[in-house]
Amino acid sequence: MNIEVQEQPPRTHYLNATYGLKSWLLTKDHKRIALLYLASVTFFFALGGLFAVAIRVELLTPQGDMMQAETYNRVFTMHGVAMVFFFLIPAIPATLGNFLVPLMIGAKDLAFPKLNLLSWYIYNVGALLTLIAIVTGGVDTGWTFYTPYSTTYSNGNVLLSGVGIFITGFSSILTGLNFIVTIHTMRAPGLTWFRLPLFIWAHYAASLIMILGTPVVAITILLLAAERIAHVGIFDPALGGDPVLFQHLFWFYSHPAVYIMVLPAMGVISELIANMTRKNIFGYRFVAFSSLAIAVFGFLVWGHHMFVSTQSVYAGLVFSFLSYAVAVPSAVKVFNWTATLYKSSISYNTPMLYGFGFIGFFIIGGMTGLFLAALGVDVHVHDTYFVVAHFHYIMVGGTIMGYLGGLHFWWPKITGRMYPEGWARFAALVIFVGFNLTFFPQFLLGYMGMPRRYYAYPEEFQVLNVMSSAGASILGIGYVIPLIYFAWSMRYGPRASANPWGAFGLEWRTSSPPPPENFKETPIVTWEAYEFRPRHEAEVIDITRH
Amino acid sequence: MAESHSTTYGLAHHFDDIEQQREAGTLGMWAFLITEILFFGGMFMAYILYRAKFGDAFAAASAHLDWKLGAANTAVLIFSSLTMALAVYYSQVGERKKLMLFLVLTMILGATFLVVKGYEYYHKYLDNLIPGFGFQWGGHGDPKHVEMFYFIYFAMTGIHALHMIVGLGIMTVILIMSKRGRFTPEYHSPVEISGLYWHFVDIVWIFLFPLLYLLGAHIHNQ
Repeated sequence: MNIEVQEQPPRTHYLNATYGLKSWLLTKDHKRIALLYLASVTFFFALGGLFAVAIRVELLTPQGDMMQAETYNRVFTMHGVAMVFFFLIPAIPATLGNFLVPLMIGAKDLAFPKLNLLSWYIYNVGALLTLIAIVTGGVDTGWTFYTPYSTTYSNGNVLLSGVGIFITGFSSILTGLNFIVTIHTMRAPGLTWFRLPLFIWAHYAASLIMILGTPVVAITILLLAAERIAHVGIFDPALGGDPVLFQHLFWFYSHPAVYIMVLPAMGVISELIANMTRKNIFGYRFVAFSSLAIAVFGFLVWGHHMFVSTQSVYAGLVFSFLSYAVAVPSAVKVFNWTATLYKSSISYNTPMLYGFGFIGFFIIGGMTGLFLAALGVDVHVHDTYFVVAHFHYIMVGGTIMGYLGGLHFWWPKITGRMYPEGWARFAALVIFVGFNLTFFPQFLLGYMGMPRRYYAYPEEFQVLNVMSSAGASILGIGYVIPLIYFAWSMRYGPRASANPWGAFGLEWRTSSPPPPENFKETPIVTWEAYEFRPRHEAEVIDITRH
Repeated sequence: MAESHSTTYGLAHHFDDIEQQREAGTLGMWAFLITEILFFGGMFMAYILYRAKFGDAFAAASAHLDWKLGAANTAVLIFSSLTMALAVYYSQVGERKKLMLFLVLTMILGATFLVVKGYEYYHKYLDNLIPGFGFQWGGHGDPKHVEMFYFIYFAMTGIHALHMIVGLGIMTVILIMSKRGRFTPEYHSPVEISGLYWHFVDIVWIFLFPLLYLLGAHIHNQ
């Protein structure tokens, strides 16, 4: 096999092969589109973060004194909408996924490059409409848009933001479609399914959810809009409708949606663990299948958001049982990652730190999910800060750790530069401390009875709230630091070689940054996944030569 | 197996060969159609629930729809699927004139469907049966529940009609490409893929017709 490896940085690569705004805005190169998405999602992360700041500042004091109650409702709604729909759902798939999927399978691009670009534009149209909705008064229904408040009583920009989210949903669908077709039809010769990186398995499973779940929330939003405009529909009890039907339709997507958020992060963690321990992931096939199992089971548990919604107890029983079932494949991953560490050669660099962080936080987030899945416990903690803490442990402690870990790990590949390791480890530590300080007290607050979405609370909860807000400021600093050094590194960072980590995977067998066509010659794969040590005595794989 | 990109007609730069490209395009269209099933699925769910709850009102409301027009439209669409399939066949054997003929026939049939639909909608408007816009019902069954039926009727057939319009747009593009001689026996997958889309829109209607039009068959027409 003859693959070029750079001895020195390439002179032309995908970043400088063509110049000018049009070459970026009209690109069909998945790597450039990934960077376009990176800019968009980073913007919304910052926006969602600003709303979070407003929430945490208000909650420093027991009284509602910084803003009115209606304003607070808008603030937490916009925080949720910006973070869930415009950051967490696209973050890893549209940035790291878009960049890496073709590279990891030895392809020149995704199956439908123009559709890929279109998906970014669709994202932006929806984002723009939602931004207009935010700026002209916002929405106050919560990101969950429950009826009848959203259809009948809210004065906010329900329609505008709903339409914005509806449109951006198609960006998600197209991305998922692209990934599925690419993974099925464009793998390099020799790259069978069970030789694929676990990152690919995870994105494949997440893509299945994207294409099956998103259309349901799309039609739900349309039905919501119709009811709001024409005052007819299927959710209004005065017309014979059922507001709980909205909850069923909404959560049918929104529960699988959380797996869209977490599965790609798990894929990243598999890559980090394997490469930073120089070992095949323990139980590779189990981890691969667990991604699919999570996708399948994830569609069967939506009712666990509705235990106290007048849903029947028997339905609650079934959903509770299935929610315990869906935790099993997630646990399989955690156990297998941990087992991989045994007798491995661990490098404690920044990507690995984020990997460890993910595992720890995901255990807490996942376990507390199981507490919530127990009917009796949920009656007590539903709609309290316990729930808020649970999902932030998964989404921030899980997904964002995976996102940052992946950004650091693949940064040299994406930009051809290394970030400063010292600052990166420091930032990771700051994030770790800040995150725990922000969200752990919220478990306690919720258990003691503080409801979510309230801007005032009893005096005795103030200490924990102040701790949480203090943690949030530390967390914010932790996020700003990488912003600075990543930007710095693009100009002043040391140039990276093709494979600075000595990692496995086809993406490391082309230059950093890659050429526009990804590989000078299509690779032919003759090795198993993460085959750091040769399977057979006679075969020696010299990674530096390939 | 790997053909040179510069000599293979219609091969995009990122695919290895025309076979891979065709496979990817076809799988992509099937995956998209599955998303459409889920999209319509939400409305089918609403239909199932409220049909079970308000059977009487739904039957009465359905009886007021003109099932003969609906049946005619069903026949029109089924026939258009036939002309579409023939168009695909002629693209496979490279007979450009017949391909164009059957594309045009398909489009005429699709347009006929939309005209009939428009006529039906217009009469609903005249009869004050548009939900939310002066809805009035004097017949059998709770007016609120009848209005619910008509909301679902307009939502489902309306979104279906939108998909038909998009389908006509797609056919226009394919027709223009055929006129310009873009399709050969080796490269005609856009025609096949468009055919898939057209058949899907047809199948959705096949479900809509009995569910919406035939509920009140046992009731005398009002």
